[in-house]
Amino acid sequence: MNKIENNKAWFFVIPVFVVVAFSAVIPLMTVVNYSVQDIFGSDSAFWTGTEWYKETLRDPGLQAALLRQFAFSFTVLAIEVPLGIGIALLMPRKGWAASAALVLVAMPLLIPLNVVGTIWQIMARTDIGLLGWTLSGLGVDYSINGDAVDAWATIILMDVWHWTPLIALLSYSGLRAIPEAYYQAARIDRASRWAVFRYIQLPKLTNVLVIGVLLRFMDSFMIYAEPFVLTGGGPGSSTTFLSQTLTTIAVSQRDLGPGGAFSIIYFLIILAVSWLFYTFIMNAQKDKSAQQ
Amino acid sequence: MAEITLKTLAHSYSKKPSGPEDYAIRKMEHVWHQGGAYALLGPSGCGKSTLLNIISGLVTPSEGDVLFDGKRMNELPPEKRNIAQVFQFPVIYDTMTVYDNLAFPLRNQGGFSEEKIREKVQEVADVLELSGELQRKAKNLSADQKQKVSMGRGLVREDVTAILFDEPLTVIDPQLKWRLRRKLKQIHQRFDITMVYVTHDQLEASTFADKIALMYEGQIVQFGTPQELFERPAHTFVGYFIGSPGMNFFEPRLTDEGLMFNGKVIPVSKQVLEKVRSSGSDNIKLGIRPEFVTLGTDTGEQLYEVLVTGVEDLGTYRMVDVEFGSVTVKVRIPEDKPVPAEAASIGFPEPWLKVYVDERLVEADHE
Repeated sequence: MNKIENNKAWFFVIPVFVVVAFSAVIPLMTVVNYSVQDIFGSDSAFWTGTEWYKETLRDPGLQAALLRQFAFSFTVLAIEVPLGIGIALLMPRKGWAASAALVLVAMPLLIPLNVVGTIWQIMARTDIGLLGWTLSGLGVDYSINGDAVDAWATIILMDVWHWTPLIALLSYSGLRAIPEAYYQAARIDRASRWAVFRYIQLPKLTNVLVIGVLLRFMDSFMIYAEPFVLTGGGPGSSTTFLSQTLTTIAVSQRDLGPGGAFSIIYFLIILAVSWLFYTFIMNAQKDKSAQQ
Repeated sequence: MAEITLKTLAHSYSKKPSGPEDYAIRKMEHVWHQGGAYALLGPSGCGKSTLLNIISGLVTPSEGDVLFDGKRMNELPPEKRNIAQVFQFPVIYDTMTVYDNLAFPLRNQGGFSEEKIREKVQEVADVLELSGELQRKAKNLSADQKQKVSMGRGLVREDVTAILFDEPLTVIDPQLKWRLRRKLKQIHQRFDITMVYVTHDQLEASTFADKIALMYEGQIVQFGTPQELFERPAHTFVGYFIGSPGMNFFEPRLTDEGLMFNGKVIPVSKQVLEKVRSSGSDNIKLGIRPEFVTLGTDTGEQLYEVLVTGVEDLGTYRMVDVEFGSVTVKVRIPEDKPVPAEAASIGFPEPWLKVYVDERLVEADHE
C-alpha cells in the first residue's frame, strides 16, 4: 500500500507551540539576550559573551548567598518531610475529626506569603510578639535583627510552620490510598508497627513524597517574600537568599546583564537539583538485577 | 494441628442489630476439620469474607465463639492465631526482594538463624516455582507471581495450621488460574494444612475443595461434597446456585390426591407426602435439575405434555426450554439426541425430583 505523504496534521501543534513560546521560550530568551550584553540605554549595548556569567560565578557575595540558599533548602526539607509524614500518621482517618484535622492542618497554606512574613515579624518582636516576648521573659537574649542565629532559626521555624502542612496533606492522601488488606496481611505476618511503616506505608508514599520534595525544594530555593518581610535579609547579609540578591542586582541596581546571567544560572541550578532528586528516588525503586 | 469450630457464631456490623437483616453472619454451627480442603461458596454479599475474617481474627464476632482445637480464640489478634490469609489482591512488600518477602514472617517471629530461613524460603520457593525470582524486587513481578509470594508467606511459617484464601484468583489470567489452583492442591497434599477457600465461582470451588460450604444470607445452607451439592441440594438456593443453569422449580398445589401441578398429580413417595402435609406450610416447591429431566414424544402415566419453545446449542449438549403449564422447564439433552419439534412430553425420574417445604429439602428417611 502506498503511504500518502500528508503532514498537515503538524499544524495542530501550532496552538501549543504558541502558548509555550509565550509562557516559557520568549521570556527566557529575553533574559538570555540581556545576559550576553552590557546595556547602557535603549540604543547603546555591547556584546559581552560569557563575561557576566564568569563574573557571577566568581562573585564571593553570590557564592555565599548560594551556599546559604542550599543550607536553608536542605534544612527545611530535612525538617518538613519527616515532620509532615509524622503529622499525617497521627491525623484521624475518618469521621468529623478527620475533616476538622484537615482544615486545621491546611490553614497555614492559605495565608499569603507577605502576611506570613508579617505575622512572624510581629511574633518575633520582644515587646509585643508572642515568641519574642516569651523568649525574652525566659531570659533568652533573642533578637532577629541583631543575631544571625536567631534570625535563621526564626526563618526556618516560619517556613516549617507554613509548609509542613503541604507534606502532611500529600502524605495523608497517600496513606488513605493504601488498601486495608496490606495492614491485615502485615498483622498476619506479625509485622511490628515500625515494619508496617518501613515496608508498607513509606514505600506507598514514595510517589507523593517525590512530588512533595520537588515542590518544597523548588519553592524553598526561590523563597523571597517571607524572609524579606521578616528580616530584610539581615542582620548583615546573613539571611539574604538568592532571589533577594537577584532583585537587588536586577531591580535596585538595574544591572540587566549580570542580573540576566544570574537568572539563567539560578534557573539551571534548580533544574539540575530537581532532576538529581527525581533520578535518585526513581532509581532506588529499580531491580538490582535489572540494573546490571 | 487445628480443628476450627464455630460455635453459635453470629456477627453484626451494626451496634444494635434489630433483626436478622442486620446480621452479616446469622447464628451458625460449623466445624472445619484439620487438613481438609474446603471451599466457602456463595454470592457476593452473603458473608463469606466476614466469616473468613472472623476465623483469622481480623474481625471479632459479636456473638458466639471461634474455637481452635476447643480453645476459645475470640479475643486473640490474628498475629497470635497461627493462621495465614491470602487476599483478593496480592499483598507484597514492594521494596523487598521476593526472598525478603518470603523471609519476612520468619524474621518477625524471631528465633530463626539466617541459614534456617534460607532453607525454608528455598523450600517454599521451589514448591511455588519462584526459585528463579528470589533476588528480584517483588513489585516488578506479574500478578500471579505476586499472588504466589503472598501464599508463600503463609507456607513458610512452620506454625501455620490453616490458610484462608479470600478469592485469591480474582486478578489472575484465566489460563494461569487453572495452574495456580492445581498448585494449591499440590501444596495442600504436601503440607498438612487446613485450607479454606472463599469464592463465588462454583467451578473454582469444586475443583479445589473436597467439601464445599455454601453460604446464603449469612448462613451455611449446605456443607457437602460437590456431588452432594449437585445431586441433593438441601436448600432451594443450593439448587439455584449450583449447576448451570440451576435447578427447575415449580410450585404444586397440595390436594387430597397428592401434589398437583398443571392438572396432574406428580407422584412423590408416601413418606414425603406425609411430611409435607404435617408441615402445614403452603410454601411447597418441586425441583429437578435440567440434567435429569427426560424429554420425548411418548405419552404415558407419568409423562407430562409440554411445548418446546426454544433450543440453545452449547456445543457438547443442548439446552431445551419447554413450556410446562405456567413455568418454563429447562432440559439438558445430549448433542446426538433429536429435539421434538413442538409438542413433546417430559418426565421426572423419581430419585431426582426433590420436594422443598419452606425452601428446605424434605426427604424420605433412610431405612
